[in-house]
Amino acid sequence: MHHENNNDFSKIKISKELTIPKLFYRQATTFGKDRVAMREKEFGIWRPITWQDYFENVKYIALGLISLGLEEGDKVSMIGDNRPEGLWAEMATLCARGVGVWLFRDSLIDEVRYIIDHSDTRFLFGEGQEEVDKAISIFNECPKLQKIIWDDPKGMRNYDQDYLISLKELQQLGRELEKEKPHLFDELINKGSGEEVALLFYTSGTTALPKGALLSHNNMLTMGQHLMTVDPCESTDDYVSYLPFAWIGEQMMSISCGLQIGYTINFPEEPETAQENIREIGPHVMFAPPRMYEQMTRSVQVKYLDATWIKRKFYEFSTYVGYKAANLKFDKKPVPIFWRLIEWLASITVQKKLKDHLGLSRVRNAYTGGAAMGPDHFRFFHALGVNLKQIYGQTEVAGISVVHRSGDIKFDTVGHPIPGTEVKIADDGEILTRSSSVFLGYYKNPEATEKTLRDGWLYSGDRGFMDDDGHLVVFDRTKDVFTLKDGKPFAPQYLETRLKFSPYIRDSWVIGDKKDYISAVLCIDYAVVGKWADEKKLNYTSYQELSQMPEIYDLVEKQIHQANKDLPDLAKVVKFTNLYKELDADDDELTRTRKLRRAFVEKRYEEIVDALYSDNPSVHIDTTIKYEDGRQAHIETDMQIRTVRD
Amino acid sequence: MVESNTLNKGDVLLDLEGIHMSFGKVEALAGINLQIRKGEIHSVIGPNGAGKTVMMNCINGLYRPQKGNVLYKGQRINHFRPYQRASLGISRTFQKVEVFGGMTVLDNIRLGRHIHMKSGIASGSLYVGKTAKEEVKHRRFIEEEIIDLLEIESIRSKPTGMLPYGLQKRVELGRALALEPELLILDEPLAGLNLEEVEDMARFILDINEEERWKVTCLLVEHDMGVVMDLSDRVFVLNFGNMIMDGTPEEVQQNPEVVKAYLGEEDLYASRK
Repeated sequence: MHHENNNDFSKIKISKELTIPKLFYRQATTFGKDRVAMREKEFGIWRPITWQDYFENVKYIALGLISLGLEEGDKVSMIGDNRPEGLWAEMATLCARGVGVWLFRDSLIDEVRYIIDHSDTRFLFGEGQEEVDKAISIFNECPKLQKIIWDDPKGMRNYDQDYLISLKELQQLGRELEKEKPHLFDELINKGSGEEVALLFYTSGTTALPKGALLSHNNMLTMGQHLMTVDPCESTDDYVSYLPFAWIGEQMMSISCGLQIGYTINFPEEPETAQENIREIGPHVMFAPPRMYEQMTRSVQVKYLDATWIKRKFYEFSTYVGYKAANLKFDKKPVPIFWRLIEWLASITVQKKLKDHLGLSRVRNAYTGGAAMGPDHFRFFHALGVNLKQIYGQTEVAGISVVHRSGDIKFDTVGHPIPGTEVKIADDGEILTRSSSVFLGYYKNPEATEKTLRDGWLYSGDRGFMDDDGHLVVFDRTKDVFTLKDGKPFAPQYLETRLKFSPYIRDSWVIGDKKDYISAVLCIDYAVVGKWADEKKLNYTSYQELSQMPEIYDLVEKQIHQANKDLPDLAKVVKFTNLYKELDADDDELTRTRKLRRAFVEKRYEEIVDALYSDNPSVHIDTTIKYEDGRQAHIETDMQIRTVRD
Repeated sequence: MVESNTLNKGDVLLDLEGIHMSFGKVEALAGINLQIRKGEIHSVIGPNGAGKTVMMNCINGLYRPQKGNVLYKGQRINHFRPYQRASLGISRTFQKVEVFGGMTVLDNIRLGRHIHMKSGIASGSLYVGKTAKEEVKHRRFIEEEIIDLLEIESIRSKPTGMLPYGLQKRVELGRALALEPELLILDEPLAGLNLEEVEDMARFILDINEEERWKVTCLLVEHDMGVVMDLSDRVFVLNFGNMIMDGTPEEVQQNPEVVKAYLGEEDLYASRK
């Protein structure tokens, strides 16, 4: 509506007094019922929710929480899919002067118990039956937990525990309270300062128990403003929220940036339909961990293998042109007229369509971060004409601190610090950050806080250096850096991401710290390799059987050859084996954001590691795996060990 | 549409009186009496070849019994054809999925709705006024009630034949529900499903039976004893065309004859547990 509102984020002065609720109030009253705050696909149709609706829902949830007895600083946890109700609950918690805590939807009972208990949560928002069941099973072990609120009635008919309450009932309580105290909500919003704690965010932790990072309103708001100064968004933009809210990146986009810009946040129908829904929306900005981009690359590669001859030729032509142009741009050389013309041709014949299928047709800036992304993937997207940028950040800085600038992209770096952020390298190579977004400390963990926060600097635990152009290069988690036989340091992630560029390989784990040679444990992509096997008329009944077939070993070996290309001899994969199962966060092998927990897998698969460094042609596995619901299955198999032939 | 408020919970919805059905000299059903009460999940169990599917076929009209009466809400429906019985509110799924492989999931479900569509060929091909409105109304029902219930949003426009077996079974259930049945015959809905799919399907059956929106009476033929005993209000045991007993799951489990005829072979049938 008001055009002058566009881009006025820079005019929002983030003072010490400004809180997220105050900004929310301001935005909701400005945009009112003329503008769509969020959309949710429900029953096959995109349904808009205006700022007015957003405001009212938040208001009554907040008042409902007060009426249940929420007091200042009380923790309120949320678990469930990305959906409007989740964001309302979070915003309402902040408006009611509580502190928000998010849990990953697929958290196991133990993780839920740990976080609810450790955070002293009093109220828990669960989506539906599944979340409520989890909450009920831990209810008695978490004495501070008082009420569980649910919003999806499906399957909830037979629950009569008195500590359960539906979102509708909660809002009704809020309405009644409003009749009693009509100004209460406004008063609550006007209270508070930006330096108070807004969110308690648990870091996934590749090594230890999750730690709770305390983030203030000011942390969150300055984060959004700094990022948006680099790459401005418009209030008419669309954003698709489908990554877990328990991930700081999603908070940064939905709350920190979303609230300041006022762009429309779109929620997919179901997690399974996200990719399709992204295509329908065509977002302008996107932030996702590398695995999402890896998935996109994989789906293109697989479709290419399936396509007809003529389509394959068109694709090959357009990628050839795309790579050529992208490489020139990476080298900051001008693209000659002739190539520009050809690039345009490639763009209208293939790239445009491809981008549309991936939901990237309108993307101005796409970000990736949270884990290492391989140069192959990076080049792939730039060859398509997608402005993909690497970022570097962490929960403790409320999002990100370093990002690539448009036109200045180097795929082995993460770019320059964002405004208001200082980054320096300590003597031992550790990356230190100082900015207004640096967190307040860890909840109930002063030792960890002391270690991480020193003189206003955030000690990241990551190692890196500044290159000649002032770009930050993140080498790796300090503990994850290998020493090769010749004493040179080596980042296993680099090789792992290279291996994952193959559509046939879903996960990779590279071993070789202080060993004679590098070896790898690989997880095949069941769908892609399965299809390949079908075409070759190979019979198999399970992942386990497929992964151990000699033909599949040959296939994987070819992929390793590709990844080994151009690497120094000592950094090449010499031996490998296909794991009999996929790596899974439920088995603690990956974090919830799908980062490999190296120390854990090394311990768990000790016999495999030993076998890779012995002369055995195979390793016998006899193990019991536990399913999410407590059932167990016995697995006995032989994993072959193969040496890569030159 | 079907009137659903004429009977109260616990009233007899379907009554089989002395059903005899033989094929040549083989007597598949030898005088079966069965009463299904509204609101219940009534299971029929028995070894392979006991006559369970024949019994289902007699109820939905694929077979006409030689002797005996099929009464639906007190009305004798022996002479009704399957489609007439469908419009009375009897719907079913099949032991082997019988979906239309080349059609999308949505089209398969819509097909089940066909019986409630009033438009003719002429107005249907013009697609104006009433027809368009009718379409929107039914589509809404399908989307909001069925697709949401069965959690098949992500496959709604996929060709059914391309889907894994477990999902095809779900689509078939969706099609049966599109009829808005009062009595739903489920012929081995869990056969061939993996553990997770069994749990999902069992949950859907409970939802359909208990959820205020549906309250569908279910006649369940199933070999998975664990699920049968957990879900059913009553269990009917059939062996070689004869009823062994009809009672609550507890009574059935304690009946020595049943144990001898059927449950004794439990490991054969309930090996999934």
